[in-house]
Amino acid sequence: MLLVEHFPVLIVGLAMFCAYTMLLAGYLNRKLPFFISLAMNCVFFIMSLFVLDHVLNVGPIRYWQGGWRPPWGIEYVIDAMNAYLLVIVISIVILGLIYSRGNVKSEIEERKHPTFYTLVQLMAAGLYGITVTGDLFNMFIWLEIASLTAYALIAVAGGRALRPAYNYVIMGSVGAVLYLFGVGWIYSVTGTLNMADMRLLLPLVYDNRAVQMGFAMIVVGVMIKAYIFPLHLWQPDVYTYAPSTISSMMASVHVKVMFYMLMRMFYSVFTLDFIRHYIGLDLLTCWVAAIAILAGSIWAIKQRNLRRMLAYSSVSQMGYILLGVGLSPFSPWGLVGAVAHILNHAIGKGCLFMCAGAIRQQEGLKDIRDFEGIGKKMPYVSAAFTIAALSMIGIPPTAGFASKLFLILASLDAAQYPFVVILLLSGLLNLVYFWRVIDQIYFVRHEGTKNAGEAEGRGKPLPLSMVAPTLILAALCVIVGIIWLTDIPLPLLDRILSDLRMGVTI
Amino acid sequence: MEWLIQHVLEKYNFWVAMLIIIISLTAVIVKENLLKKLIGLSIFQTAMFLWYVSLGDVGRDILTTWGLKTGTPSILWEEAAEKGYIYANPLPNVLMLTGIVVSAATTAVALAIVIRIYQKYGTIEEDEIIEKEMEFEREGGELKNASS
Repeated sequence: MLLVEHFPVLIVGLAMFCAYTMLLAGYLNRKLPFFISLAMNCVFFIMSLFVLDHVLNVGPIRYWQGGWRPPWGIEYVIDAMNAYLLVIVISIVILGLIYSRGNVKSEIEERKHPTFYTLVQLMAAGLYGITVTGDLFNMFIWLEIASLTAYALIAVAGGRALRPAYNYVIMGSVGAVLYLFGVGWIYSVTGTLNMADMRLLLPLVYDNRAVQMGFAMIVVGVMIKAYIFPLHLWQPDVYTYAPSTISSMMASVHVKVMFYMLMRMFYSVFTLDFIRHYIGLDLLTCWVAAIAILAGSIWAIKQRNLRRMLAYSSVSQMGYILLGVGLSPFSPWGLVGAVAHILNHAIGKGCLFMCAGAIRQQEGLKDIRDFEGIGKKMPYVSAAFTIAALSMIGIPPTAGFASKLFLILASLDAAQYPFVVILLLSGLLNLVYFWRVIDQIYFVRHEGTKNAGEAEGRGKPLPLSMVAPTLILAALCVIVGIIWLTDIPLPLLDRILSDLRMGVTI
Repeated sequence: MEWLIQHVLEKYNFWVAMLIIIISLTAVIVKENLLKKLIGLSIFQTAMFLWYVSLGDVGRDILTTWGLKTGTPSILWEEAAEKGYIYANPLPNVLMLTGIVVSAATTAVALAIVIRIYQKYGTIEEDEIIEKEMEFEREGGELKNASS
């Protein structure tokens, strides 16, 4: 067995181990946990690059825990989709950690820093776990690790964050339990919990009501976690009041990993055949996504609080990814769009939330109407915000353009023309609410609504540790956008499509 | 009708579990008191454990020498092994052991948050909390601890 085949389990195991080490180290010195976490995550990043390389060149990695063969033991499976997501998650976690270095000082009491970093590391471990596992019950455990730490991390902010955190506990737990319940229904029919094994056994019993019921429960449960439109109610408050680092991490990677679970269910455990012919969910998914896109954008336009606006924008952006998945039975471009948007939204929204946190920290501003003059006071952050906002809108050289292009190609290819209109319209709506902010930042002069100038001007310049990750993400928006349009990612997309067994290659 | 009654009686575990789930979900949705919501959630989780554990029940129709209709508990027990009794499927039980741990953790986190909310607002009724939040927003001030 090659060393690289141990990397997935090493990443997860070391991430957990590292979290508890950090807690102990925190008693010695409050600054240690951050450095341990950063160092370990950089190691994981290198490991994940090796894993991605191995998966692309050799093939999927299958790791049997304790040497037990798959139907009995827990199996970790890394195919192209997992490896791709793992790299994204780890890199965003690293950037988020660097950002948090300057940010937590202003938002969280100092004595809580060691536990804060421990919880962040545990959440990261949970996310890595969901990404690498190939076992349905194991996935539930990682899901709960990622969620429970997220509840606690949101509540750390105190004050207004408490009630949203409690709502999230209730809704998130109902979602997780529904997921487990659905797994139980399928288990009661097939008698297995391994994804690959289940995929082989399920086609014989696709007609079975218990299987269909289980599928429905899993989908609803995971959709609550991934705040797909009608189930998004817990999310705007949480993103508005959580610590900035956590908002940024949750909006960029936490929800992507949750959505990845949905994709695993759609493509790997069940098949598109089941979704199309036994459930009839293909076009319905597209329409739910379309409503999500429009409703999220319209609500975002109504908001005055920047972070709440970004939260609703996230609801709309998750709609894009779901639309890609919904279009995938008709056209391979759909899945390409979804996969591309997972990365593009992670970069763009992460950057936007970091900017929102930075503006709040330096100037103490939350309301968009008070933002005049930010462009001069905080040139780097404003530039980063503008680039990321352009990426969300979908202006050509940026990343958002690529995923919108893929989705429009998918709708055209599938002959589902209404979605072309909806995608273009939503681009326009995105322009409306992002332009409002950019306009306030750069062009409005002293038409201030209430407290221009006297906004408690904390005014301390931001530390480099907060500006650097923001700028890196903004730069990535452009670089990734250009890369998507070249043929560099083709082998990866090819691998992802064939690993998710779409049977079609571009 | 007769078929229905027989059907219910044969699988009464599942029916009872489903009934409890409906009741508990109603509590989660309807109740305004945060603690009552949490109790509803706990019952929901427990009902699911009941449902899961019922899955492990095997050999319903097999009559053993004892006249037992179901599998014996899945504990290695020499006498039962000698007589060739059927064990209940241990896997759902083991899964639910993990599930109980998760449920306990969820309850602990939620209770901790409820305590913080009580310290902040001085109440755990959801509508009163929202009212207070609106009040604070109108005054434009930050929240302060209600108890201190």
